[in-house]
Amino acid sequence: MGKYIVKRIGYMFLTLFIIMTLTFFLMHSIPGDPLAHMAKKLPEQIRLNYYEKYGLNKPVIVQYGKFLKNIFTKGDFGESLRYPGRPVTDTILKHAKISGKLGFQALFIGVTIGIVLGIVAALNRNRWPDYLVMFIAILGVTVPVFIIAALLQYVFTVKLELLPTFGWGDFKHTILPTIAMCFGSIATYARYMRSNVLEVINQDYILTAQAKGVSPFNVVRKHVFRNAILPAITILGPQIAGIFTGSFVIEKIFGIPGLGFYYVSAINDRDYTMIIGTTIFFAALFVFSQLIVDLLYGVVDPRIRVSNDK
Amino acid sequence: MVEKILEVKNLQVSFHTYAGEVRAVRGIDFDLDKGETLALVGESGCGKTVTAKAIMRLLKVPPAEIKKGSEIIFNGEDVLKMSKKRLSSFRGEDISMIFQDPMTSLNPTMTIGNQIMESLKIHKKLNKKEAEKEAIKLLELVNIPNAKERIKSFPHQLSGGMRQRVMIAIALSCNPKILIADEPTTALDVTIQAQILDLLKELKKEFETAIILVTHDLGVVANFADKIQVMYAGQVVERGTRDEIFYNSMHPYTWALLSSVPRLNTKGKEELYALGGTPPDLILPLKGCPFSSRCEHCMEICLEEKPEITKLSDTHSLSCWLQHPYAPKTERPAVLRGERDE
Ligand SMILES: Nc1ncnc2c1ncn2[C@@H]1O[C@H](COP(=O)(O)OP(=O)(O)OP(=O)(O)O)[C@@H](O)[C@H]1O
Ligand code: SF4
Ligand SMILES: [Mg+2]
Repeated sequence: MGKYIVKRIGYMFLTLFIIMTLTFFLMHSIPGDPLAHMAKKLPEQIRLNYYEKYGLNKPVIVQYGKFLKNIFTKGDFGESLRYPGRPVTDTILKHAKISGKLGFQALFIGVTIGIVLGIVAALNRNRWPDYLVMFIAILGVTVPVFIIAALLQYVFTVKLELLPTFGWGDFKHTILPTIAMCFGSIATYARYMRSNVLEVINQDYILTAQAKGVSPFNVVRKHVFRNAILPAITILGPQIAGIFTGSFVIEKIFGIPGLGFYYVSAINDRDYTMIIGTTIFFAALFVFSQLIVDLLYGVVDPRIRVSNDK
Repeated sequence: MVEKILEVKNLQVSFHTYAGEVRAVRGIDFDLDKGETLALVGESGCGKTVTAKAIMRLLKVPPAEIKKGSEIIFNGEDVLKMSKKRLSSFRGEDISMIFQDPMTSLNPTMTIGNQIMESLKIHKKLNKKEAEKEAIKLLELVNIPNAKERIKSFPHQLSGGMRQRVMIAIALSCNPKILIADEPTTALDVTIQAQILDLLKELKKEFETAIILVTHDLGVVANFADKIQVMYAGQVVERGTRDEIFYNSMHPYTWALLSSVPRLNTKGKEELYALGGTPPDLILPLKGCPFSSRCEHCMEICLEEKPEITKLSDTHSLSCWLQHPYAPKTERPAVLRGERDE
């Protein structure tokens, strides 16, 4: 097991390195630069000085070398080019915390409700609870999140005047965005759990359990649930990573200063250091959560546990 | 005096599908005595598993429907009228079942110990410690080495034969009066098959359990079953004691089944007999004898009228027009004759 984890972590760093390199070169190949937005207004000399200061006038490969050196020797991702004086790492962490809080709330609620609905639907296959759940799931998948958000704002702030439309600070600011965001996970998990449960229910070992005289409730609790939820853990990985990067749309609509919002602005501004910092942050989260999920899967599924030992 | 433990009368099971009503079992009758072994034999799709599941009330209703007029009586009690609660104790305690594929019939995420203990806890109301002790005993009984360690194993750590032994241990854990074994050896290789059959035979004596053995292979039942019942297209076409079926069967379908059993006494060369054609579509109504489309001896009447039941002895009966006094005299096929003196 230990060897397996070390190997996985090795691959993780390799993956990150490749992503970092690719992003760096791709980013520099997009036309435009961090000063584009005010290029016309700036005197030529200031622009050149600026380029000189950030090394932007050097060949890309040289910039890349310097960038690597800073990361590996000082763990430094530099400063934002758009907002000089703001270190990239601090900015990312600050905004990721906001996105994370919201994302975690939404995912937790979404997954829980989704799983319950999925099981209820499967156990009542082709009866009204099933149709109702599938209707909700289809809405969750097909209705764009900004429409749900707008609808929520209209009902809860304009009509009922219960909650703020906009901004960030209190718990009450998180309620509407959380509801808007969790629709997606509810839909995903409800559909996923439903099909898993339907599959498990038709397995021979369920028949064995029934033939043993296990009561219908315990058949679901002891035999169906665990086997059906196992595969659901694997789709959790990317979603956990998604928590911290935030939803650009939601953050924009509700005016939440999360990472998603800043990431998109950074791309528009060609804020190279911010882009690469955020990309690495996202990639690292992604591979790390995938590792956690795989390890978790090993804990719950005995078949995987053993092959890991080898 | 032999005691009847199970009576099945006019059992009819249909499945309601989009294509129509599949009449999988079309009026089956049989009795099972205490401690006896009855084999249900017939080719794939003839309704053996459906019959077995119907007895345990394991069919999902709908799509399945057990038709009015069907009766399943266990020890004087109407199985079809059992409450949910009674069913839970009926299954596992009075009757239990092992399935064809041991690779899929155990829960992959539960230790085999827990899977055995589960029924002990439900039916015998044992606590965890007692159940564990009993589970180890059961594993030893089905000849699983290292039982104390093994109860902590998961199914995927065991071979197919071992898993089937575990299934047998689970099935017998609460001393059921009846064990239904649905093709218990079909998925296993030949040497393991023999071991599992021997084990079943041994345990049957020890537990005095009646066994309903479902199989498509008459070779499997040759030295195991007391009575044999041959099924075709959801009906019983011939029944008798083992000897009556092996040495004196009179139904052309039984002959076909017997001829396709590999025999040691044929001297090498002879090819194995294989019955041509396919069983009838169970959605369509059957006119005449269900076997008529594949029968070498088919006569005109066979296409028109369902053959009546002819009794050859107290235990031996069949449905075939060849038994009619006006039918041409037909001999048992040569391969099947002279079996006795071998
Ligand atoms: N759920 C179902 N829906 C529709 N038809 C079914 C269903 N289950 C069984 N049948 C039909 O019932 C018939 C009998 O099936 P059964 O499983 O009893 O056959 P079997 O004798 O056990 O064959 P095998 O040797 O393949 O196990 C088959 O023709 C099958 O098509
Ligand atoms: S009744 Fe006719 S068709 Fe049917 S088995 Fe007998 S001879 Fe063959
Ligand atoms: Mg079958």
